[in-house]
Amino acid sequence: MRVQILHFASFRDAVGRGEETREVAPGTRVSDVWQALTAEIPHLARLRRMPPAAVNREYAAASTVLRDGDELAFLPPVAGG
Amino acid sequence: MTSSRFYRPSRGDDVYLTSSPIDLAALLLEARASDGALALFVGVVRNENDGRETIEIEYQAYGPMAESEMEKIAGALSREWPTTRVRMLHRTGRLRIGEASVAIAATSPHRADAFAACRAAIDRIKTTVPIWKKEFHPDGSSDWVDPTKSGDRVIR
Repeated sequence: MRVQILHFASFRDAVGRGEETREVAPGTRVSDVWQALTAEIPHLARLRRMPPAAVNREYAAASTVLRDGDELAFLPPVAGG
Repeated sequence: MTSSRFYRPSRGDDVYLTSSPIDLAALLLEARASDGALALFVGVVRNENDGRETIEIEYQAYGPMAESEMEKIAGALSREWPTTRVRMLHRTGRLRIGEASVAIAATSPHRADAFAACRAAIDRIKTTVPIWKKEFHPDGSSDWVDPTKSGDRVIR
């Protein structure tokens, strides 16, 4: 199944693109995708723990199981205002 | 609800992101006939952060989620202060020093509720709404602001 991953701010700069689509196995959790990303992107691997994540525009726990077509984003520290 | 010609009941109007300058004067026309107070908070772009000079700021948002999180804040505020109406606008894109980055207008029959709801709105926006800012410095360098490092997350 496929999930769309969005990248923002410092993560976007580190990854080099704003979004990507990934093929993942059924049962894949949010934390699994983060592990995969940190294995590829040294900047992300420097973070000691997984940042807040959002699935389909809602904050979601690391243990959330992804479904086909989900929109996933890892959120750098927010700085609005 | 009221017969004030300025009252616009559409909820969709209460919260939004905009890449255009915020019309602060329009926010001052939001009071309903039953309101006795309008508290307006405006966040503006400052020329330094943590002792480093800033010449410009770029705001980037996860647009749909940012608006939905602001809607949630507005919904919580309306439950906590039932007689108060809060509108909030946040800029995206490149802003110069002195430009309004965020504006919150809270209208209420009484000032205590207007002040309190307005304060709560900006504090919560800074905590949960997925918006990021990149500071540009005079030497051409730039960096994304991390409030968890600079202490900016502390209310002040």
